Amino acid sequence: MAETDKDPAEKKNRFQNNYILQAWLCISLALIFGISLAAVQAALGPVIIENKLNETKEKVPELLLGGEAADKMAASKQAFKITPRSIAVEKNGIKKFYSVFEARFEDGRLGGWVTKVDGQGYADKIELLLGLDPSIETITGLFILDQKETPGLGNKIIETKWRGQFAGKSTRDHLKVVKGGAKVANEIDAVTGATISSDSVVTIINKTITDLRQPLKDAGRMKKE
Amino acid sequence: MADQPTPLERFIQGILPENPVYRQLLGLCPTLAVTNSMKAAVTMAAAVAFVLLCANMVTSLIRNLLKPHLRIVVFTLTIATFVTIADRLLAAYMYQMSKTLGPYIPLIIVNCLIICRCEVCASKQPVFTAISDAAGQSLGYGLALASVAGVREILGTGMFFGFRVLPATWPDWAVMVLPPGAFITLGLLLGAVNWYSGRGAK
Repeated sequence: MAETDKDPAEKKNRFQNNYILQAWLCISLALIFGISLAAVQAALGPVIIENKLNETKEKVPELLLGGEAADKMAASKQAFKITPRSIAVEKNGIKKFYSVFEARFEDGRLGGWVTKVDGQGYADKIELLLGLDPSIETITGLFILDQKETPGLGNKIIETKWRGQFAGKSTRDHLKVVKGGAKVANEIDAVTGATISSDSVVTIINKTITDLRQPLKDAGRMKKE
Repeated sequence: MADQPTPLERFIQGILPENPVYRQLLGLCPTLAVTNSMKAAVTMAAAVAFVLLCANMVTSLIRNLLKPHLRIVVFTLTIATFVTIADRLLAAYMYQMSKTLGPYIPLIIVNCLIICRCEVCASKQPVFTAISDAAGQSLGYGLALASVAGVREILGTGMFFGFRVLPATWPDWAVMVLPPGAFITLGLLLGAVNWYSGRGAK
């Protein structure tokens, strides 16, 4: 200590060269900016969540009935009554919550289920909506909400032509991705050059159906009684 | 500081003489990526304008406190903050557009145009000059994006801002809305601008 303290000029120099002191502007700006971003998020976060929820709700008729019937339904000014629910599935001792939308016709009849699930894709998380008929026997539709797959290849999973394949598939057998044209009922044709993205979507769907089949059947029956 | 450009000069230079895209070749990633429709291009230009204006203003206000070796950190911090705000605003009030633009809004953070203006102008000149510099550069950037997007949307879909301008018999040049169309259009427009300004110089 005695050595460093002897020269006041050197002491001042050391003081000025202190990393933390030099960075005072960065640190205080980071704090100010951090607080303002937190405020922005607090103000806009609910609006953004609302937007996402509305997007999901808008898709429900198309996912359950197919495009044409959904348009007809909208034209006759009818709409599904949509109740968001959370379904817990226990697997290997870990509880997992599925976000499920229960859609009922105006007369109270169950129209089907739409579930929002996500899973790992090739580039990032893929978030999708899966429509299932009331008895969980067939897939009624698929919509990709969010994905960051390779533009031009993997992102073709959002196209109607590809995701249309899923409508009408039975849930009894697991779906399988094949290259160069699906032949058997439970096969899905892969997007050319994006087998991993196609596989990811199918894996997410298979897992969801396995997990949700029984809970959703129970939930549907409970409401009837 | 007599040799520093005045606010008016800064503003005018941004539009064409120092146009960010055609003269400085900065911010080309969004120029290529989001110009397949006018709506996307205009939204992108507006987001860049917002970030550039705010970043230039803040940088200019704190310019006397900046330490030379820490300035880039401060610039990046400032830019990142305003980009995040712009991103959240779009997601809240223009949800579909924010989905269309996807990762390109967060990528404004690394748009060299903004850090270049902070470095060249805002960190050296007073607030008013910095604001008019931001306005000029944003306008120039907007015009550049619109010129590429206009050509691509009209030739690729026969529409402009979603309204049909070419007869329905127009065979939509799909390549123009795909990535190659962006490179072709930008290349040709850059060539045209260079040829035009070169001719004026002689």
